Amino acid sequence: MSNESQIFSPSTNPYSSANEAVRAELSEIDASIRTASVFFVVSAIGWLMIGTVFALMAAFKAHQPDFLGAYEFLTFGRVRSAHLNAMAMGWGSNIIFAVGLWIMARLCRAKIDNKGILFIAGVFWNIGLTVGVFGILRGDITSVEWLEIPQYATPILAVSYALIGVWGVMAFRFRKGDHVYVSQWYILAALFWFPWLYIVAQAMIIWFPARGVVQSLTNWWFAHNVLGLWFTPMALATAYYLIPKVLGRPIYSYYLSVLGFWALAIFYNWAGVHHLIGGPIPAWLISAGVVASVMMVIPVIVVGLNHHMTVVGLHREVWRSPTLRFTVFGAISYTLVSLIGSAMALRSVNEITHFTHFTVGHAHHGVYAFFTMIMFGGVYYMMPRLLKREWPSAGLIKIHFWGCAIGITVMVVALQVGGWIQGVEMNNPEIPFLETVQNTIPWLKARSVSGIFLTVGHIAFAVNFFWMLFAAGAVRAKSGPTLLTKEGGAA
Amino acid sequence: MKNLPLLFCGIFFALAFSYTGLIVSGNIQLGALEPSTETLVPSDSEVDENGQPLMVMPEGETLYPRKPSGLAEQGKKVYIEMGCMYCHSQQVRRRGFGADIDRGWGPRATVARDYVLQDRVLLGTIRTGPDLAHLGGRYAGEAGRDWNHLHLYNPQIVSEGSTMPPFAFLYKKQEIVNKPSEKALDFPPDSEYAPEPGYEIVPTRRAEALVEYLLSLKIDYSLPEAVIPE
Repeated sequence: MSNESQIFSPSTNPYSSANEAVRAELSEIDASIRTASVFFVVSAIGWLMIGTVFALMAAFKAHQPDFLGAYEFLTFGRVRSAHLNAMAMGWGSNIIFAVGLWIMARLCRAKIDNKGILFIAGVFWNIGLTVGVFGILRGDITSVEWLEIPQYATPILAVSYALIGVWGVMAFRFRKGDHVYVSQWYILAALFWFPWLYIVAQAMIIWFPARGVVQSLTNWWFAHNVLGLWFTPMALATAYYLIPKVLGRPIYSYYLSVLGFWALAIFYNWAGVHHLIGGPIPAWLISAGVVASVMMVIPVIVVGLNHHMTVVGLHREVWRSPTLRFTVFGAISYTLVSLIGSAMALRSVNEITHFTHFTVGHAHHGVYAFFTMIMFGGVYYMMPRLLKREWPSAGLIKIHFWGCAIGITVMVVALQVGGWIQGVEMNNPEIPFLETVQNTIPWLKARSVSGIFLTVGHIAFAVNFFWMLFAAGAVRAKSGPTLLTKEGGAA
Repeated sequence: MKNLPLLFCGIFFALAFSYTGLIVSGNIQLGALEPSTETLVPSDSEVDENGQPLMVMPEGETLYPRKPSGLAEQGKKVYIEMGCMYCHSQQVRRRGFGADIDRGWGPRATVARDYVLQDRVLLGTIRTGPDLAHLGGRYAGEAGRDWNHLHLYNPQIVSEGSTMPPFAFLYKKQEIVNKPSEKALDFPPDSEYAPEPGYEIVPTRRAEALVEYLLSLKIDYSLPEAVIPE
């Protein structure tokens, strides 16, 4: 056995830890959050599947407009919005509640009390979402990007969030020990930022509409910050927790992680205005947004250095561990997508990419290749510890990984190349508009193909998960963790 | 930073900074905008702080943007319900930034004042289809109405190869009794989308409202800060 695998094995094995007392304590914390976390993961996977179906329909409709065209409730605008909300609020937020709260509880070494209320709040979150998505399909859609859920469902979401978010803050308030990990900062901040964003956006756009384009400003301040101040910190927190934990190696630099956190906190929330470059709002606001977007290079490079330098030299371990294969894919995507995002905010680039499928590709690059992949990694790490069972099939994990990795790569490349061409052609008045539309069709077809890869991945994930959850007896006895390659071997 | 209050203050101020900078100051700058006449004239009684006559709106002239008709307002609801804005923007970028004006999507760039009467602002961020800020100016009158109805019923009739979905569910197929309805869609000869003989396609009230709304989208007026070039 090589030296490297000795570092690796103890920490990936959920049944072993250097210190018996720590093990017992973690086990107690895990037990305290088990019901709620498992419920959130099950809901998240449910929404992931629902969102995937809507995604496939929307992708297919984009190049085949007649497809299911006779049904009002399945018209493109609604299906696409149902997809977005099922994924963002259903998959994204549920998986954040599952993984984020669990990491918070573990790092704070605080048990989760009153888990019954947490569970009920979770049930209401999902009821609110179900009402919301049905509302979108039946035409009560608001046509405000990222806030499509109709007015009658949002109070349910706001109240249940208020209940859920409190658990993270309470865990932090009653934490044991002196050391505060960078993951805890990210989670604490996100738990506080998200409701502020959501309530302000709801109030100023839906309930008491602000005058004119102030709505649009609020809209993009909110929508971009859902990515920047809700998904991003949660995924970074998860990566910051998982990478050192699985590799058994401390994070590269504590100082850098502090810098990265505060730079993100200060710059990211101004960046949303770059969605309005060229739009009817004051130039100084746009400039502020462009500057903030470019300044985002700082936290991105810093976090990238921290994540990638921690992994350096241990690539074989990353490849073997289901958790890290997904997490490191996500971490690399974060660096890439953020640098592209900063470039997209430059006026000369934005002139081409704005209003095109490039932006759609960019959004999927961020939410899927970065956020979702890291969260998959989090689920692969968390579930064996919560359930004290192992993942039944390494083969299914591989199918999941390759389906998602190939799918998202094809999608991002197709939409960004196609979108760039679309933008260049749109800005050339010599080319008729209809021709520019038709030139996007091959790229949109490539996106539909990528959707099939992603679907295969998601099905493999769901099958593996429910197999683990329900057919427990058969896999409980396995001696070690599920790994993707043999000891020290290649894939 | 290890204790909760101090960390919390940092987290709070980070977001408060952008909230104040973008939303509050944006609201201060733009929230008081009102419709205006096309030009401003020097006042004969009031002066500004430099002693120059204050620029005021001449009395009796039309205010822009205009208030949409009730039917157009209903049509906007249909536009929102159908999620049209997920493919169509409603903003014209200035000349030299993109080709919006060269494509004829509007005679001038749109400015914040163009949107002050709208309960829901639908600027949009994607142009899977063309910009609609000036659609009513491009397809005017009865011909524009007919074109829009055919286009909504099935875009392939008037713009073959379009990726826009059909909105045929906003139309009714009915048997022609005595004489054809005045509202019936006028299909081009030999169109494969036309109904069989003896039947006609008529718009529902929602389709009529939606077309009314689309035709109301017009940038045909100047504003003091955004003049249509001659």
